[in-house]
Amino acid sequence: MDDLRSTVEAVFRRESGRIIAGLIGMSRSFDLAEEAMQDAFTAALIHWQDGLPDNPSAWITAAAQRKLVDYVRREQTRRTKADQLRYETTSTKNIELDHDMTSSREDERLKLIFTCCHPALNKEAQVALTLRTLGGLTTPEIARAFLIPETTLAQRLVRAKRKIQEARIPYQVPPKDALPQRLGAVQAVLYLIFNEGYTASMGDSLVRRELCAEAIGLARTLCELMPNVPESMGLLALMLLHDSRRDTRVAGNGELVPLEEQDRMRWNAVQIKEGLRLVEAALRLRNVGAYQLQAAIAAVHAGAKTAADTDWKQIAALYQELVKAHPSATVALNHAVAVAMSEGPAEGLFLLDGLGACGALDDYYLYHAARADLLRRMQRKTEATAAYQRALALTANAVERRYLRRRIDELANSC
Amino acid sequence: MRYMLLIYSRENESVTPGEMAEVAAAHRALMEEAGRRGIFRAADPLQPASTATTVRVQGRDVLLTDGPFAETKEQLAGYYILDCEDLDEAIEWAAKIPTSCQGAPGYVEIRPIREMSGHSPANADVHAVNG
Repeated sequence: MDDLRSTVEAVFRRESGRIIAGLIGMSRSFDLAEEAMQDAFTAALIHWQDGLPDNPSAWITAAAQRKLVDYVRREQTRRTKADQLRYETTSTKNIELDHDMTSSREDERLKLIFTCCHPALNKEAQVALTLRTLGGLTTPEIARAFLIPETTLAQRLVRAKRKIQEARIPYQVPPKDALPQRLGAVQAVLYLIFNEGYTASMGDSLVRRELCAEAIGLARTLCELMPNVPESMGLLALMLLHDSRRDTRVAGNGELVPLEEQDRMRWNAVQIKEGLRLVEAALRLRNVGAYQLQAAIAAVHAGAKTAADTDWKQIAALYQELVKAHPSATVALNHAVAVAMSEGPAEGLFLLDGLGACGALDDYYLYHAARADLLRRMQRKTEATAAYQRALALTANAVERRYLRRRIDELANSC
Repeated sequence: MRYMLLIYSRENESVTPGEMAEVAAAHRALMEEAGRRGIFRAADPLQPASTATTVRVQGRDVLLTDGPFAETKEQLAGYYILDCEDLDEAIEWAAKIPTSCQGAPGYVEIRPIREMSGHSPANADVHAVNG
């Protein structure tokens, strides 16, 4: 029985995104589609006891479609009865099954991605809906990953689905003129999911790993369904190149290991190879954007055999481009750090202090952490300690705090 | 589906008649375009919020307040009702609505209209439009 359960769960993980997309395409109702799919998987737990079907995914799809037809009939009966009431909620209006299955299941998945990441939904809702419907994560899993109560997440999902239905957010691949902007929204959601999983902070590390895997899987799907989009390729490359370092960036004792101290032999060579290939292919399409630039930076790191071999000049140049394309405090900060690495800490500190002069970065822990690192390299220990302490006061992240404390201790012992 | 597009903008006393005419012409052009596409149901500008009266019934008392329900920088200034295929189409139209006077930006809030069964208000509105 446990074997069967894990088999069914494996099919769910692998196929639920495709199956639900097809069901939503048929019914235009997230709720009915979800109900039908859940019931089909429950039925599988009983029917498959006598032996697995030849094609489990096709079995589930067929079972879910039959359920869906039943549910739509049930809704229609319920509605006829409710007609005595003067009001009718639009969510149960005009449910018709679209049996025209000429559009492939791949098309359905692409439409679903654009619906889940529609900018008329708020970002949190986009993320939750994408993970729930396309990623096949359960509500408790998503809640755990984002450290929010399950009920909050469930409400978020209900509200989002209701808005899709009642404001009639379309289920389609956007027309050409709207496509770049809408594709940007999809990429942003996937990037957010990845970052949430990658940022080594609190929470269940297994679930976080799962988030990264989902983000990579979805980005890969996007690249397959809409090929040759440079920024989508850049995004996937960026994720792969960062994920390749996952096992080396946190030590056994939970401490954050900075890039220069990571064991490069343990970086995932398969992911690096795919990431490098993607960056090169994307850049050849000559439409550079922020994801490609970030991926290119990660590629330079991946290409360096040792930390000392890192081509910091190249990285500084890429950050300079990124500052132009996508100005943000973090990017400017990283540019300054790259300059410090290629030109010397004094040059980097000069840039950093320029950035901090207006006071806007005073509450930004990375600014103080970066300043502290440069001051430490320049042997200005008192100032370095003060900056580390300022950074420590500004972050609640346990892993980051341990790292900062270690630096402060090292400075105290070296006096 | 019918959507109500609510226009919120800053009320500006110092608008010149020339600017007023310009904004009005832009609205007229948009209404005509929506009319040609067969999706126009209604649109009207409102008098300024200083003319608003807010009514609240408490028990048997009818309580009146001089002014709008909420004192905000942007006030409801007018509305469109358009019959669109989906939210994306409504967003496209909303983006074309002129909302600003003298550079002060305005907003358009899109609200799907909850249809009531029985009669078809969509058709009833057409009469009002021509008036």
